[in-house]
Amino acid sequence: MILSKNEWIGWLNDRHGVELQNKVSATTVGICGLGGLGSNIAIALAQAGIGKLVLIDFDKVDISNLHRQQYKISQIGMYKTEALRHNLKEINPYLETQIHTICINEHNVKELLGDCDIICEAFDNAECKAMLTNLVLEEMPDKYIVAASGMAGMGSANSIHTRKVSKKFYLCGDEISDVSKGIGLVSTRVMICAAHQAHTVLRLIADEFEV
Amino acid sequence: MVKINGENLDIAGKSVSDYLNLAGYDLMRVAVELNGDIVPKWRYAETVFNEDDSVEVVSFVGGG
Repeated sequence: MILSKNEWIGWLNDRHGVELQNKVSATTVGICGLGGLGSNIAIALAQAGIGKLVLIDFDKVDISNLHRQQYKISQIGMYKTEALRHNLKEINPYLETQIHTICINEHNVKELLGDCDIICEAFDNAECKAMLTNLVLEEMPDKYIVAASGMAGMGSANSIHTRKVSKKFYLCGDEISDVSKGIGLVSTRVMICAAHQAHTVLRLIADEFEV
Repeated sequence: MVKINGENLDIAGKSVSDYLNLAGYDLMRVAVELNGDIVPKWRYAETVFNEDDSVEVVSFVGGG
């Protein structure tokens, strides 16, 4: 089946309202890290009709990713940027994407994320999470950052929350459960955290700034 | 008193570095906001808390 752009936008307008959908369609979101958090955030935002996603990850799809990340067995060995773009286009062919198969650092962060309105931190490594959050808040103070901390293990789904740390900085997760404690990562809790991040993005677009 | 993550602490006069080390934070994993503004890491040693400052220390844990 081929879905025309008018049909696709029409369905979204019916569900979200024209005013909100126009804003969603005009927004660019950067997703840094395309693992359990990032791939799920990207799917949710593509479904919501986001205008453009900037997708950044240096890594390839591995068999150890399939239990919680939005990839398929047939995509093992592909770069996550390319595999995810393919999967997103199957959901929303009118989504604009820009992919960067690269590590983010202090030298390239502005160039990679300069066009984004909102940035999602979706790394798995705690030091990388802190590095990106600090960089965005220091170097690009006009942008929102929606970061994540604490979604490992089998703790209650209800312990995962969204907190507004400051005007431009939102944090999702239970802020405690560290994967390095050997408690593993299950798809459900990672998806809940990713959904918190994606929902925060949509609320910011809707001018809903409190949590 | 300085309000850190909602708790009033008697640490006016101490630097961000002093406090983070004292409280046992891993400096590579934190983001620190002072009265709503991020404190760049290179300013941790020279930034001193004043009375009635409001501070948020976010300490990231791994997983994603």
